Amino acid sequence: MSSAFPAMKILQPLSTTRSPEKPLFDLLKSPSSFLGSASKLRFNAQKPSPSSSYSSSCHRPSTIVAVSDVVKEKKTLKSNSSLSNLLITKEEGLELYEDMVLGRAFEDMCAQMYYRGKMFGFVHLYNGQEAVSTGFIKLLKQEDYVCSTYRDHVHALSKGVPARAVMSELFGKTTGCCRGQGGSMHMFSKEHNLLGGFAFIGEGIPVATGAAFTSKYRREVLKEAGCDSVTLAFFGDGTCNNGQFFECLNMAALWKLPIVFVVENNLWAIGMSHLRATSDPEIWKKGPAFGMPGVHVDGMDVLKVREVAKEAIARARRGEGPTLVECETYRFRGHSLADPDELRDPGELLNFVILVYFVFPFL
Amino acid sequence: MAAILKGIVATSVLSSSSDFVPKGVQLPSLKSLPVSERKGGFLVDGSDAKVVPVSNARARSAGRLVAANAVAAEKSAASTASKTGGHELLLFEALREGLEEEMDRDPRVCVMGEDVGHYGGSYKVTKGLAKKYGDLRVLDTPIAENSFTGMAVGAAMTGLRPIVEGMNMGFLLLAFNQISNNCGMLHYTSGGQFKIPIVIRGPGGVGRQLGAEHSQRLESYFQSIPGIQMVACSTPYNAKGLMKAAIRSENPVILFEHVLLYNLKERIPDEEYVLSLEEAEMVRPGEHVTILTYSRMRYHVMQAAKTLVNKGYDPEVIDIRSLKPFDLYTIGNSVKKTHRVLIVEECMRTGGIGASLTAAINENFHDYLDAPVVCLSSQDVPTPYAGTLEEWTVVQPAQIVTAVEQLCR
Repeated sequence: MSSAFPAMKILQPLSTTRSPEKPLFDLLKSPSSFLGSASKLRFNAQKPSPSSSYSSSCHRPSTIVAVSDVVKEKKTLKSNSSLSNLLITKEEGLELYEDMVLGRAFEDMCAQMYYRGKMFGFVHLYNGQEAVSTGFIKLLKQEDYVCSTYRDHVHALSKGVPARAVMSELFGKTTGCCRGQGGSMHMFSKEHNLLGGFAFIGEGIPVATGAAFTSKYRREVLKEAGCDSVTLAFFGDGTCNNGQFFECLNMAALWKLPIVFVVENNLWAIGMSHLRATSDPEIWKKGPAFGMPGVHVDGMDVLKVREVAKEAIARARRGEGPTLVECETYRFRGHSLADPDELRDPGELLNFVILVYFVFPFL
Repeated sequence: MAAILKGIVATSVLSSSSDFVPKGVQLPSLKSLPVSERKGGFLVDGSDAKVVPVSNARARSAGRLVAANAVAAEKSAASTASKTGGHELLLFEALREGLEEEMDRDPRVCVMGEDVGHYGGSYKVTKGLAKKYGDLRVLDTPIAENSFTGMAVGAAMTGLRPIVEGMNMGFLLLAFNQISNNCGMLHYTSGGQFKIPIVIRGPGGVGRQLGAEHSQRLESYFQSIPGIQMVACSTPYNAKGLMKAAIRSENPVILFEHVLLYNLKERIPDEEYVLSLEEAEMVRPGEHVTILTYSRMRYHVMQAAKTLVNKGYDPEVIDIRSLKPFDLYTIGNSVKKTHRVLIVEECMRTGGIGASLTAAINENFHDYLDAPVVCLSSQDVPTPYAGTLEEWTVVQPAQIVTAVEQLCR
């Protein structure tokens, strides 16, 4: 249906229940001062900002969809009405807050242990990106699957793996979630349906596609009517140049698998800036090329991420197929604890810190 | 006295009314016997199908029978089978039969690969299955080996039992990432939480002028991957049995088929049977030299064996079938009997299955050897296109005869 036609049609609002006047993803909305927009964030770019070159050639349909404006409006609208129209309830808010604080505290403790010589190997920390993990995973059910990368501690925590089990795993203890056999980069949990934890980038995306395939197979071949498990595949900007990413986008859209591809675009693949590695850095655009919606969201705001995630997950559960969600986020620490992190401009980090702590609360 | 026992090494329940087993003979399933009790082997002497206890065999508990496989027995078995039925088919049909039986038996078994569905498989192994089971159970994938192999791994982790077909084994080089990292290792790195009951199969080996890239032998590349099992089929009988065993196994199994063997015809039993993945097959018992081989080279060896018999030699031919792990039990018993080993394989000389097998035999049975282990492998070259050149890169029967003559001097 929509796959026969180009991007314009694909980027239609995901949810049919949303009113036409206030679509969540609206192509026609003018470019906002959304902080995640290409023109604002890439001040460290070593090549000309893509938006400038694009605006001159004018072949881009529109800029980043303005999720923030709509969500803002919803918030202001809703704060005027009764409590039941809030974006999140107090309980949900506390749950999200606890999850993010747990993630941050956990990662900080990992760093402490590592630098004190009690933890070894490659440890990749998630500081700064908590909103993506919490925003998405807290919407899942136990039977839904999460497939991650080596930066998987917080995904494991959000999915429900006890922090004690994850920490024990990092110390190589038999009480760890993988009996100490996997380590930092291989967090698995059968009980919580966490399918890893992969050391090579891109490796987990086909596995996630397979889990989504199982869900569809269960429904259609084994006739388990109640089976509507959704799979989330998390991966980074560097992975989006890898063959497995594209191959899986194709297969997932082809068979309408119940999967959401979540790109945690933190602009850096170790020391390789996303802009230096990618011909077209706007990853969300690659979704429509395969016949699925491509959505861009500010990955530093958990409420925005959650709104997008709700749509994408609901879409998958309804059997409408995959979605590609690009979350612009930032990692406050180096690629791993062994990374000297010399190539990133400290100003870039400061910019995010300022935005997150001083600007966002006032928006 | 045990009668012909070939092929009834089954892990499934044996019916006592089977014509292959005379009344009163207790045939335990091999799996039920702890390894330490599988002492002593019985070899069926080809000429009159008498059971001959192996000399040098260690003490064995009386009354226990360990079934041995013998092609010589196959003749009698075949004749018995023809009395009872059995049906003739080609190797690719045997594979399909095994596959179909398993798909009927367990709805979680599914097939994924390029052109497996509507096209029926490049060598027709999955012909007709898509019509019968639907497009989702026999899935035509896009040309993305790494990704669909990974997808099969993910499906296996979450409850399905997929069979991945590589259109040509060589294409699975593109899936090496997923096969090595995920197939092989996920069971371990997840601390045993996830099983990967996947079967990866496809045609490999040197064909008829298929060119260098379509003539690869991937068993040598995959053998080091920890966590996977490898088997190679060579007859319709063992193709079906190994296919079923591989599907039922909870481990990732790579089943190597050969492009030139798909049209071999043989009569196989009507009854259901499953072979053991870890066992070697005694093709021809003998006394003078042990020839270890697998897949297509089995036929070159048997051809050479005819010549050798005429020249007065008595070679023992074993089709090792299990490429990883080796069936050192059967191989060891043979070495202890003949004291001379010749390995004939289609792998490249460097780092092939023969190289590993030579090392294993030297390590374990050094004292029993009267001569160094000789290994005949393919040349370490890309397979040429020209037929005459291609023939020279692969071991030919004449070379096998010469090697045995030198070995037995």
